[in-house]
Amino acid sequence: MKTKTSKTTTRAVQCSAVLAVGGLLITACGSSGGSGSGQSATTSFEGRGPITYVAGKDTTGTVQPTIDRWNTLHPKEKVTFIQLPTDADAQRQQMIQNAETKSDAYTVLSLDVVWTSEFAAHQWIDKLPEQRFPLSRMLKPVVETAKYRGGLYAAPASSDGGMLYYRTDLLKKAGIGGPPTTWAQMKADCAKVKKLPEAKGMSCYAGQLQKYEGLTVNFSEAVNSAGGTVTDANGRPDVDTPAAKNGLDFLVGSVKDGTIPKEAITYQEEDGRQAFQSGKLVFLRNWPYAYALAAKSGIAGTYAVAPLPGLDAPGSSSLGGHNMAVSSYARNKATALDFITFMTSQDTTATFLKDASLAPPYASLYDDPRLIKQYPYLPVLKQSILHAVPRPRVVQYGDVTSAVQQEAYAALTGTKTSAQALKDLQQDLQKCTAQ
Amino acid sequence: MAKTEIPPEAVAADGRTGPPPAPAQRARRPRRRTRATAGSARMAALLVSPTLLVLSIVVLYPTLMALNESLYGPKGLDPKTGFISSSEPFVGLKNYADIFGAAADRFWNAFWNTTFFAVVTVGLETVIGVAMALIMHRAFRGRALVRAGILVPWAVPTAISGLLWRWIFNSDGIANALIGRQILWTTEGFHAKVAVIVAEVWKTAPFIGLLVLAGLQVIPKEVYEAARIDGSGALRQFWHITLPLVKPALLVAMLFRCMDALRMFDLPYILIGAQKNSVETLSMLAQNEASNVRFGPASAYAVLLFLYVFLVALAFVRLLGADLVADGGRGAQNSRRRRMPLARRTEVTA
Amino acid sequence: MTTTITARWRTGLLYAGVVAVVAYCLAPFYWMLVSSLRRTSDIFDTSLLPAPVSFENYRAVFDPAQGFARALLNSLVVAGITTALALLLATFTAYAMARLEFRFKRLILTLIIATSMFPVVSIVVPLLKLFTDIGWINTYQSMIVPSMSFALPLAVWNLTTFFRQMPDELEHAAMVDGCTRGQAFRKVIIPLAAPGIFTTAIITFIAAWNEFLIALSMTNRPNMQTAPVAISKFTGATTYETPFGSQMAAGVLVTIPLVVMVLLFQRRIVAGLTAGAAK
Repeated sequence: MKTKTSKTTTRAVQCSAVLAVGGLLITACGSSGGSGSGQSATTSFEGRGPITYVAGKDTTGTVQPTIDRWNTLHPKEKVTFIQLPTDADAQRQQMIQNAETKSDAYTVLSLDVVWTSEFAAHQWIDKLPEQRFPLSRMLKPVVETAKYRGGLYAAPASSDGGMLYYRTDLLKKAGIGGPPTTWAQMKADCAKVKKLPEAKGMSCYAGQLQKYEGLTVNFSEAVNSAGGTVTDANGRPDVDTPAAKNGLDFLVGSVKDGTIPKEAITYQEEDGRQAFQSGKLVFLRNWPYAYALAAKSGIAGTYAVAPLPGLDAPGSSSLGGHNMAVSSYARNKATALDFITFMTSQDTTATFLKDASLAPPYASLYDDPRLIKQYPYLPVLKQSILHAVPRPRVVQYGDVTSAVQQEAYAALTGTKTSAQALKDLQQDLQKCTAQ
Repeated sequence: MAKTEIPPEAVAADGRTGPPPAPAQRARRPRRRTRATAGSARMAALLVSPTLLVLSIVVLYPTLMALNESLYGPKGLDPKTGFISSSEPFVGLKNYADIFGAAADRFWNAFWNTTFFAVVTVGLETVIGVAMALIMHRAFRGRALVRAGILVPWAVPTAISGLLWRWIFNSDGIANALIGRQILWTTEGFHAKVAVIVAEVWKTAPFIGLLVLAGLQVIPKEVYEAARIDGSGALRQFWHITLPLVKPALLVAMLFRCMDALRMFDLPYILIGAQKNSVETLSMLAQNEASNVRFGPASAYAVLLFLYVFLVALAFVRLLGADLVADGGRGAQNSRRRRMPLARRTEVTA
Repeated sequence: MTTTITARWRTGLLYAGVVAVVAYCLAPFYWMLVSSLRRTSDIFDTSLLPAPVSFENYRAVFDPAQGFARALLNSLVVAGITTALALLLATFTAYAMARLEFRFKRLILTLIIATSMFPVVSIVVPLLKLFTDIGWINTYQSMIVPSMSFALPLAVWNLTTFFRQMPDELEHAAMVDGCTRGQAFRKVIIPLAAPGIFTTAIITFIAAWNEFLIALSMTNRPNMQTAPVAISKFTGATTYETPFGSQMAAGVLVTIPLVVMVLLFQRRIVAGLTAGAAK
């Protein structure tokens, strides 16, 4: 407690000092409307100079050129790119270690959307002034992932949503007009397709059902698509409901009746993509990344994407993507804020979309005809993100996702009934969100 | 290095087949005792202290920190501000009580998995490693090449070998292609344990193999020749001569393997995945707590694991190898006595 | 007649054994090699030969942006110094353990081994705090010193065993001939224990070479990362795409130099150590 107050006072002193000096950073110092209940919520973004940008290894080679562009424009506020391992858990672990040692080595952090609450609650990242970012032009569900208790703690940098990949050639041959919008339709379509001679040995559908983060995504999607919830708007667990059971029953039943092949419970993104590309699946739930890769495979030109199906209507996706935040222990936070503004601007994110196919947070980019020509899936992805439900936004996300994986996997492998699994899950979630 | 000072042949001859053994032994014991003088103690202190110094910096300090940490609970969330408090509450032994209370099922499951993996993998590695060493010890063309070859599994980084085996055990992988059945290795069940054991044994059997081979190489050749002339069968020779002589090297190799196996983490984590009950080990539990920013409980798991490993190591030293720890006590003399008759036999038969 | 038959039979058996050992050790490695030579698009293939053979994964590994060559060099420095230091300190300690009589010997040996029992996960955060305070982040010593925690016990225990296998009498004879204790040790025991010392060195080196968690935590500059850390940062073209091929290529690339090095040094080191001793 003592340390907290003293930190706040020094911050306040520094802040007023900057104001006195020249009011350069008035906007940065002013508290950003919002709730502002906690006293340590006000952060002065002061100090200019070299900073670091910390993210998982850049997969596309587009980040460094963008940083170079910034560096030529701001020679005195150079940004160094610190690349962490590709594995998300390893990234999170490194960032937490940095925070635990209160090191100033990391300035701007690229956070997976599900980490926002945890990092904000631990005060490892600073609350950002909302007016610095054009949030109104961004897709609303994406902005929500950057908030904690009403305050903005990160700036949305990229998004991601699940889509239903399907084989246009087979559907057409089986006389089906368009992609299914409900699970029942999907199963019916499969039954028709499977009668075709070329569909011999094919399975119907797969997602990511291995026991890892992908299972949490797929489980949440199934529950949400059936009208249920995992946690309610306030982050309280509410999963032991008939609607949620319908969602889980879709997955469990599909594994049981062979709609989902039994090896699919070992699938991560890549396994599913591979099975789809080699013609083993009619339908696949995957992220947009698979679109371009499938175009280079044997099924090129014979597939398309649609929004995920649901129980009675199109379903809802979970959200992926990354947000950018400022480490509390960093120096030169004024530079950091400027850099984040630069990295999350419409121009920069458009570049990332063009060169790295990263889904941008800005709504208008999804309607750009030139971009749609390059990425035909953009309209579907926009629908997917607009109807998306974020994964539970809770501080103890690690425990929540473990509990979800534990129970969903038990139901999928038949060691528990789905009713029992949901009942146990509700209890577990209550326990781990109570802290 | 000057070659002239000691005629090595003379040394060897003197040393190995020297004066009649019985008097030598009698004569030596008092001498050994007189050696344990203040001078030798000072010299020992001088020789040992750098190692102890380095180890206390890199291990003792963090270990004590971890011990201390294990008495603190996770930081609490203030429901009003929504922030996690900045300090950890002191909870005494509550973390330990929780492990044996609320989390007991998971703990014991991990405990048995850990034990099972350690026993099975070290057992298999010992058999395979010793077999490897015996084969490699024979003279044949290209031995150096083959010996470098068996290093390969041990040299592959664990993370890479985890990925490799995950690939091999993939549902459409080569393992299933070879056995002609589709086993879902990475799902819960005994097969997941099998996958971990296969990968672990492959990777670390060469460790035991190499150390035992080195142990074999430092055995004086004469001993074998004597035994061969003696007419001992291969099996007898192995059981009564080779094994006792390589026993110290083998035991040390097994001890280190055992300690590593008890702390196994990467392989099940990468190969099968986190939180799979069938392969969850104690290290994975500690890691899981730490990754959820509960450093107190994580340290408590680490301390328990440490105690377990320590007990196993102690038991190992006591039960299997009195001659492993050379304290000049009975153990050391036993081993010496055991070695002496061999040397004597060498002399007699040669 | 019968003897030649049994002899032949024995040679045959020996070679069968050799083939079995080699096959056991190298078959999975072969799979790694084959996978690394496949194109990204046919990585899921299970044919025994890559068709067509492609070096795209190796090109990806040595893409200057990955900094893999520099990472190999860093690994060499870290593992090399760790091994050299550990062997030096361990030789002194092991000599005392094997040859001198003093109190608390068992206790000290137990303490030494006990230090290698604590899970690395739980010592990494305190060490990180310590090294951050003294400004050691991004230095070689921040990786070498923690690596001693597992390298040193391994070296001490193994060397103790090998030294103890040398008969006391050899040394005594040398001392009778006028050597000091140190000379006797250097010129008699070390050469005879050469295979043991060499094996200990290899094993320590490989253990240090493959260390990941410490190296990852103590560095954040690309030019300081070691090979295992560099490998963890290999990526496919997009987030979800696993760069399995280039990971396997990197695995081959970190393993082969080790093996070649062992082959080259094997003779020279053992010969060097043995010089001056028997034969």
